[in-house]
Amino acid sequence: MNPRMMFATTRRVLEQLRHDHRSVALIMVVPALLLTGVYYLFENETLPPGIPRTFDRVGLMMLAIFPFVVMFLVTSITMLRERTSGTLERLLTTPIHKADLLFGYALAFSIMAALQSLVATAVAYWIFNLDIKGSPGYVVLIAVINAVLGVALGLLCSAFARTEFQAVQFMPVVVIPQILLCGLFVARDHMNGLLEGISNVLPLTFSVDALQQIASNAEATQAMWQDAGVMAAIVVGVLVLASFTLRRRTS
Amino acid sequence: MSHSASGNTTPDMPLAVKAEGLHVTRGHKKILRGLDFAMEPGRITGLLGPSGSGKTTLMRGIVGVQRLTSGSIEVLGRPAGTPSLRHDVGYVTQAPSVYTDLSVEANVRYFGAMHSASAADTAEAIAAVGLEALARRKTADLSGGEFSRVSLACALVSHPQLLVLDEPTVGLDPVLRAELWERFAAMAESGTTLLVSSHVMEEASHCSSLLLLRDGLLLAQLSPAELSQRGHSNDLEKAFLHIIQETSAASNRRSANESQVAS
Repeated sequence: MNPRMMFATTRRVLEQLRHDHRSVALIMVVPALLLTGVYYLFENETLPPGIPRTFDRVGLMMLAIFPFVVMFLVTSITMLRERTSGTLERLLTTPIHKADLLFGYALAFSIMAALQSLVATAVAYWIFNLDIKGSPGYVVLIAVINAVLGVALGLLCSAFARTEFQAVQFMPVVVIPQILLCGLFVARDHMNGLLEGISNVLPLTFSVDALQQIASNAEATQAMWQDAGVMAAIVVGVLVLASFTLRRRTS
Repeated sequence: MSHSASGNTTPDMPLAVKAEGLHVTRGHKKILRGLDFAMEPGRITGLLGPSGSGKTTLMRGIVGVQRLTSGSIEVLGRPAGTPSLRHDVGYVTQAPSVYTDLSVEANVRYFGAMHSASAADTAEAIAAVGLEALARRKTADLSGGEFSRVSLACALVSHPQLLVLDEPTVGLDPVLRAELWERFAAMAESGTTLLVSSHVMEEASHCSSLLLLRDGLLLAQLSPAELSQRGHSNDLEKAFLHIIQETSAASNRRSANESQVAS
C-alpha cells in the first residue's frame, strides 16, 4: 500500500463529486427529507404511556440505512464507469496497488457518508427530538461504518454488471433483503427460523443491533463494539473479494 | 533481422521489446498467430495493419494486460507485466481513457501521482500536448481532438521509457498530427522508445521501423524505405497492399500444394 496513491485517489473521487452539484445535494438533503417524512408519518400515533415513539425506533434505523443504500448506489455506478471507460485498465498499468484504489474509494465515500449522517442525525436530534439514551456520536459512527459497507458491496457488485442499468438492478438483490430482514419491519426474534437464520448473517443486521444498543444504553456497550467489530470485519472481507475482481491481466 | 537501420544503438543495450512465438487466442478466435520481432530502443516503431489485424491485442500484450496463450514478450529486459515495468511503460488506449468529469489538470495530476510526478511535471505534460490554455477546463467540454490529447498527457507525465500509443492521431487535424509526430520524434531523440499503431499508411513515413500486421500474422518488419522498395511504390498504402497480395498469393499457393499432397 502507498498512502500517496491512496490519498490521490480519494482526492480524485471527491473532485469528481464536487463537479456534480446535483449528486452532492441529493446525498446531503434526501436522507434528512425522508426522515422528515417518517416523522410526520407517525405524527398522530397514540401511545400508551411509557412506550417510545415509533419514530425513535424507525427514525434511528433509517439513520443507518440511508448511507448504506446511497453509498452502495453511488459506488457501484462510479466503479462501473471506471471499468467501462477504460480508466481502470489504464490505472492498473500504473504502479498503483489495488488496495490503494479500493481504500481510496472507501475513504472518499466515507467522508461523504460522514457529512450525510451528520446532517441527518442533526435533523433527527434537534428538529424532531429523537429520544435515545446513547450518544449521537456513536450513531454517526455506526452510520459511517454502514456507508463503508455500502461502498464495499458496491465495488464488488460493479464487477458483475456490464451496464449502469444492470448495476442499479443489484440494489433489489443486495440491499432490499437486508432492509427487510434487519429488524426494521418485524423484530428478528419473531421471524421464522429460516428468515432469522438469514438475517443473522446479513451485515445490516449488526448495525441495527448496534443502534438498538445505543438507543437503550447511555454508555457504549460491549455488544455495540462487538457489532461494530463484526461489521468492520465484513467490510474488509468484502473489499478483499472486490480486489479479486480487479484484474491487471485479462484475456 | 536487418542491421542496416541501426545507427545510434550500442550492441549491449537491451532491446526495448522482444516477442517470441507470440500467440493469443480469445475464445475460438486466434487473434495473434505466432509473432517474432524485436524493437530497438530510442526509436519510433510503427504498428500498421487494417483494423481487426490484432494491433491492440499486441499492444496490450506489451503493456502486460493481455493474457498470452503461448510465447513470450520481454520489455526492457523484463517479462511483460512485471510490476517494476509499470513505472517505465506508458500506455494510451485507442478510446481516450480519462475522467470526463475532471479538469485536464486534475486528470494529469492524478495519473502523475502514481509516478510521484511533481506539479512541474504535470504542467510540462499539459504543455507538451498544447493544452495549457485549457488546463482548468472540464475534460467533457473539450473537442474530440483535445480530449484524446488529455489522454496522451496522462501518459507523458510519467516520462516512460517505452510509450505505447494506440492510434493516437485518429480524429486530429493535419496541423496537430504533424505537431504530434514532431513531438514523438523529439522524444525518440532523447531516448524514449515509441510504439505507435495506425491504420493510416501515410503515417508510416514518420517511423524508423514498421511492423506490418495482418490477420494476426506479421507480414514484415522493415523500414519505410524498404517498404516502398518491396511494394514497388512510393505510395506506402499501395506498397502495403502489394505486399498483402504477394503474401496471400504465396500462402494460397502453399495451401493448394498441401491439399494436393493430402489427396
